[in-house]
Amino acid sequence: MAWEWHRPLEAKQLTLSVLAFVAVAIGGLVLLIPPYFLQGTIEPIAGVKPYSPLELEGRDLYIREGCNNCHSQEIRPFKTETDRYGPFSMAGEGIYDRPFLWGSKRTGPDLARVGGKYPDSWHWIHLMNPRQIEPRSNMPPFAFLTSSELDTSLTQRKLEVLRSLGTPYSDDEIRNAVASLRQQSGEVAAALRKDGVQLSDIGAHSEAIALIAYLQRLGRDIGWREKPVSTASLGEKP
Amino acid sequence: MAALLDRPLDRGNTAPQGPRVPGIGARRAFSPVRSVLQPCHSASAPPKNVAFGLATAFPGARRGSCGVASLVHWDAPAFSERMGRFGVGAMASAGSQGSRELYDMAVVRGFAISTLVWGIVGMSVGLLAALQLAWPSLNLPPYLHFGRIRPIHTNAVIFGFTLGVVFTGSYYAVQRLCRVRLFSDALSRAHLWLWNAIIVGAALSLAAGYTTSKEYAELEWPLDIAVVVMWVIYGVNFFGTIARRREKPMYVALWFWIASILTIAMLYIFNNLERPVSMWKSYSIYAGVHDANIQWWYGHNAVGFLLTTPILGLMYYFLPKQAGRPIYSHRLSILHFWSLIFLYIWAGPHHLIYSPLPDWAQSLGSVFSIMLILPSWGGMLNGLLTLRGAWNKLRTDPLLKMFAVGLTFYGMSTFEGPMMAIKTVNSLSHFTDWTIGHVHSGALGWVALTSFATLYYVVPRLWHTELYSVRLAETHFWVATLGIVLYVTPMWIAGVTQGLMWRAVNPDGSLAYTFIETLAAIHIYYVIRAVGGALFLSGALIMFYNVLRTIQQGTSEVPAPSPSVAVAVAGGK
Repeated sequence: MAWEWHRPLEAKQLTLSVLAFVAVAIGGLVLLIPPYFLQGTIEPIAGVKPYSPLELEGRDLYIREGCNNCHSQEIRPFKTETDRYGPFSMAGEGIYDRPFLWGSKRTGPDLARVGGKYPDSWHWIHLMNPRQIEPRSNMPPFAFLTSSELDTSLTQRKLEVLRSLGTPYSDDEIRNAVASLRQQSGEVAAALRKDGVQLSDIGAHSEAIALIAYLQRLGRDIGWREKPVSTASLGEKP
Repeated sequence: MAALLDRPLDRGNTAPQGPRVPGIGARRAFSPVRSVLQPCHSASAPPKNVAFGLATAFPGARRGSCGVASLVHWDAPAFSERMGRFGVGAMASAGSQGSRELYDMAVVRGFAISTLVWGIVGMSVGLLAALQLAWPSLNLPPYLHFGRIRPIHTNAVIFGFTLGVVFTGSYYAVQRLCRVRLFSDALSRAHLWLWNAIIVGAALSLAAGYTTSKEYAELEWPLDIAVVVMWVIYGVNFFGTIARRREKPMYVALWFWIASILTIAMLYIFNNLERPVSMWKSYSIYAGVHDANIQWWYGHNAVGFLLTTPILGLMYYFLPKQAGRPIYSHRLSILHFWSLIFLYIWAGPHHLIYSPLPDWAQSLGSVFSIMLILPSWGGMLNGLLTLRGAWNKLRTDPLLKMFAVGLTFYGMSTFEGPMMAIKTVNSLSHFTDWTIGHVHSGALGWVALTSFATLYYVVPRLWHTELYSVRLAETHFWVATLGIVLYVTPMWIAGVTQGLMWRAVNPDGSLAYTFIETLAAIHIYYVIRAVGGALFLSGALIMFYNVLRTIQQGTSEVPAPSPSVAVAVAGGK
């Protein structure tokens, strides 16, 4: 009645500790190990490529500023979600995402497929002051990103570390990382200027450029929404 | 029922009702009871107002149905031996002032004060975050905008406040439960200072933007290593103390702390495996869905083994002490301990329902979450039923109010959680403020109220005095409870509102609302939530004042024994 059989255990520190550890280890092993044997979670689906150096730097800025605290990147398979955001997220898309950035809260909208939804200039203005585009937005302003120069001293090293973890960057890509970053940021800056954004020298090499490059890349690998939309479609429901 | 057996071993140091005798704490801990947890053969008889723990009774008195009054005897040789062992032999006699305390209470005092400070800091940052969501002009980029503030808030309240209370309470109790000083004074001090340094480092590095982005595991790799070192120190110190114990049976609170220490070590190390790029940048060794899987295995069980099991340990020690009642059921303790730790670990994938995680894993997470209701409620009932026969004390005792309401919130949020893990409900609740409301009903209602009660319990005993003001503690309780209601309720409404608006469609099937309309609709609830948070913080500030005044009127020195102690000791013979 009193569960006397348990008494000896209560007097044995080591045995109780080991049993407690076994009890918590079982569930972890069952949940964490098998997914590594599922092809869908370890192989990229067609079209999924590693991030370019500029996009990677942009992604790290997204992490630094904690964007994931308010924006999810995980579209669920409901019609109302796919209508609003685009095709639902798939495991094979995140193969190069270290860390994953699915998020857990949507204070702002999901960004898994925001790439190409707006022109670069929209993002620039929106980062400067979100309320200039949407007065009811509660997003913090990130104007400081448009005036701080992007630090590229670690870019090459980042690619090397990611390759050591399994991302297939070629030797050339790693060697030319900074050059390719400069080229892509030049393209983004040109697109911004074309839309009438006044860019200073620092602005053209700013952190905001990298962040925009990353945002524009999001969710497009699967061949959905190939080209950026024009300014005319801004009135659509986000 | 073997109900009456299980209770904190040392009840000598408890004086919940009667006047406390200054200086009696340290000495009374030498309870001469040899083995309080001896099998009790008359256990089937219900306890009849087991009277113990009163200042009028002598240490370790354990009367009532077990007929073990004979256990209470004065074992003079053993007593002296213990004294000699700790170099405080003089204390056995009339007492020498300023001798080292038998138990290492100095380090517990350090933890108690640090905890309070981190609690105030963490809650203030939380209030700032709440205000920023309502009024974005309160964002202060680049260092103090919501994206950086939110992890500072979560880290400060989880690893600063909650963990601090766990260190405080577990170090306070383990020495009494094992009747031995902490394993190593050096480790204790290293633990205290390293932990405080980590929290400072966490706040600064997160404000600087050094983050891995993984929730509750944001700290970058140098701090991760420091955390692991600190945890090993805690583990060695704690397990070492238990290994040297003078009380063979380990009380249920110790099981919970043992399980917590081992599990957190496992979770923290595996989730934070990352390859450094530089001093403050690293990449997870896991990618995509695997990273998500291990992150929520960690994230969910950080809730389980930082915010639940160690707090249950606190509840199992301090609630019976304060109530002057033994734990309701030992069998229930056994049942819910093993089932809780076994089931908890499986429930992580309920954070990833309808995500790209394999469906079978999501279903496992969902099913195990629902099963978790049983062990969770086992703990709640074991706590609440411990108050049987003592409910009248709740009228006058703010600590018991906090314990009781804390357990009630525990029961509520451990019912709500499994409901939210059901796929259908989760499709509505996920990504909304409902989750925030759920977390805070557990964090404010269960964790913080239990933590407050624990601190109110230990602080007067650590400084050898009485609580400065019971009335202020009472005020704290009501302000905090009102704050919780004003926090959680608007978050429920906001969550359900936004969830429903996201999925609302027009007759033609098109989406009824833009995203910004769903955000604008919940603005008012963000405002009310901030009011609730402000109330909760005010309660904590009241406590801070109360504790400071208590410390001011007390002393960390072991006071000379008063005549009444001599009487008590003599009575013990």
